[in-house]
Amino acid sequence: MTNPPAGARSARDTILARVREALALPAPRPHLHHHAAEAVTAPGALPILAAETARPWLPDGGDTPAERMNILVENLGKLRAVVHRLPDMTAAAELVFALARERDWRRVAWHRHPLVEPLLAGLPCATHCVDASAVPPGDGSAKDALESCDAGITACDALVAQTGSILVSSATCGGRGLSVLPHVHVVIATHDQVVGTLGDALDDARQRHAGRWPSMLSFITGPSRTGDIERILVLGAHGPRELIVAIVG
Amino acid sequence: MIAPDPSPRTASHDGPGPDDGDSPGDHAAAKRRFLRDAAASVRDTDHRAFVRRALGGYYATRDAQKARYRDWEQARDAASLAKWSAVNRLDELLPRFEAAFTANGGVIHWARDADEARRIVLDLLRAVRARAVIKSKCMTSEEIHLNAAMEADGYGVVESDLGEFIQQLRGEPPYHFVFPCMHVRRGEISDLFTRHLGSPPTDDPEELTMIARRHMRRLYVEADVGITGANFLVAETGQISITENEGNARLTAGLPRVHIAIAGIEKVVERLDDLAVLLPMLATAGTGQPLTCYNTLYSGPRRAGECDGPEEMHVVLLDNRRSAILADPEQRDSLHCIRCGACLNVCPIFKNVGGFTYGTTYQGPIGSVITPHLRGLADWNHLSGASSLCGACTDACPVRIDIHHHLLHNRRNAARTAPNRWERLGHRLFAAVATRPWLFALAGRIGRFTLPVARWLRPPLLAQWLESRDLPAAPRHSFRSQWRSRRRGA
Repeated sequence: MTNPPAGARSARDTILARVREALALPAPRPHLHHHAAEAVTAPGALPILAAETARPWLPDGGDTPAERMNILVENLGKLRAVVHRLPDMTAAAELVFALARERDWRRVAWHRHPLVEPLLAGLPCATHCVDASAVPPGDGSAKDALESCDAGITACDALVAQTGSILVSSATCGGRGLSVLPHVHVVIATHDQVVGTLGDALDDARQRHAGRWPSMLSFITGPSRTGDIERILVLGAHGPRELIVAIVG
Repeated sequence: MIAPDPSPRTASHDGPGPDDGDSPGDHAAAKRRFLRDAAASVRDTDHRAFVRRALGGYYATRDAQKARYRDWEQARDAASLAKWSAVNRLDELLPRFEAAFTANGGVIHWARDADEARRIVLDLLRAVRARAVIKSKCMTSEEIHLNAAMEADGYGVVESDLGEFIQQLRGEPPYHFVFPCMHVRRGEISDLFTRHLGSPPTDDPEELTMIARRHMRRLYVEADVGITGANFLVAETGQISITENEGNARLTAGLPRVHIAIAGIEKVVERLDDLAVLLPMLATAGTGQPLTCYNTLYSGPRRAGECDGPEEMHVVLLDNRRSAILADPEQRDSLHCIRCGACLNVCPIFKNVGGFTYGTTYQGPIGSVITPHLRGLADWNHLSGASSLCGACTDACPVRIDIHHHLLHNRRNAARTAPNRWERLGHRLFAAVATRPWLFALAGRIGRFTLPVARWLRPPLLAQWLESRDLPAAPRHSFRSQWRSRRRGA
């Protein structure tokens, strides 16, 4: 770890002093056009809007598990992700086997997780499995190994109905590279991992990680994409071109 | 290292004025260049049609996405409040962010200006013995001209965002701070890739994207340092939030052994929950998506038990005169900007003069508001005049910045600090005439008489105005005499 260069201390003090001085003059409260103003805390205090207050204004995430599942599946479809609703883990293993055979996957990356491991047993013998969680950190060859994989299989922390997103973390889903380096990303999840909104997923994450945040939490919303050339949508810009979501149960 | 195409814009793009203060000397140079480039762009109808077509899809998807909000207007209120309460408590939230991020194992650096920010990054590169640097899209790095500084010190730097990569090869700055190469046709991109990467020519956007993808893959793996921006800094948890679509920021922050993020001090929000509102609104306003493809929170370097990730993570907090905007309570809310680009996409001026004409890091209406603060009112005041004040920008802003009124405020401030003597004389003259009925009537008579002559003569003062307009035909009688005669008739 590098030490902050000499003088950094004074830069900090200078900037904070400028900020304090600037804020000595209060800014007018923002013009609120709707009822949001009523949700603001005590008069005179700084207006702070509880996040729960904003939820009913954002896109719907569904009120019941069935609604949430419907919204999720619809959103994933619009994002051009492929969704499979499967009855059990056996069906999931069959799905992965079929994909590997059909597409002639030579190398598949995975990480140690109770939902991921059962899928590997069924892979065709020709498919080489790369355990992302077994490579010693700092080993440069790990990136090469992952980069050359046809597919990466990961678990997830949550599925978000409202936006069609998959929440992965570096602590629970095989690190940072696994979900973005291989050309196809296969996500294995259970039906009870579906949450309504982004806010719910963040609450969830807060509880799950309880003060010890993974170094990365990523909401993945569809396969990687770009519109940089004439604003025309192209999938697979730098990350996976395909996102396959298998939901069990 | 990438040798860009020679381009006149590389050297002259930023015009006069260092990025960290007022410049002495010729204050009108930037304005003259603006007028020249605007005139050229306005005449280039092909270019205008191309930009309009490129934005056409945006309007449709944005509207469809906005319709999915149960109340878009109230959601804007919520987003506006989240930014308001953060920006007005920066003195409290910046140290909170610093403490939380440091506790996660990251290192914070404070940069008063562009020069200090560049030095911090160059010192870091030296300290970690970097050779190759990969970057994801970062407007603050454009603001401080980081690439040129790194290249001057001998580092190979590659922009990984497809649009930024294309602009890097072209030797041009971004045309639009969200859609960097929206002005470039696919044929030009094909030629560019053939020349620089040796790829076969193609007209297919998908194939062009794949050429860049294949080229970049090795670079991610080989880079020692990844440099990114940050869309939000969460004070509560010490996380930074990065919004992107391509996955290039994920790779830039995930694979190299050092991650450096550069962020303006105004990017702080208080709570993680604020992102539940801000992330979807950023995507919807910016590109018409429900959420961009990757929204990632980074809290620090790789933790024990994680199998990859950088050994070091640094965040450079950049002031560079943002505190000067903060010191102006009237315009403080321009720091609420989340850089979605919505105001550019709807701006009739942007669509006609194009992104390069502004000559600024941040183009369009919001750029016209903040650039005079960041780089000096005397040099950049003319941008506030380049507006029809139609208010489309204010309507489009997801955090309710009163953009078009701020353009008026800038005009007022400019008039206060550097009054235009001719303008003042003109207004005095008008006041003198308008407050004396007999003089007003006389002036009207002279006007009715000279108008047809002026149409024909085109005197120099009017000539420029008449290039694209016709003078109206002179009425036979003044309004006042018409009023009198009609009242008599009734």
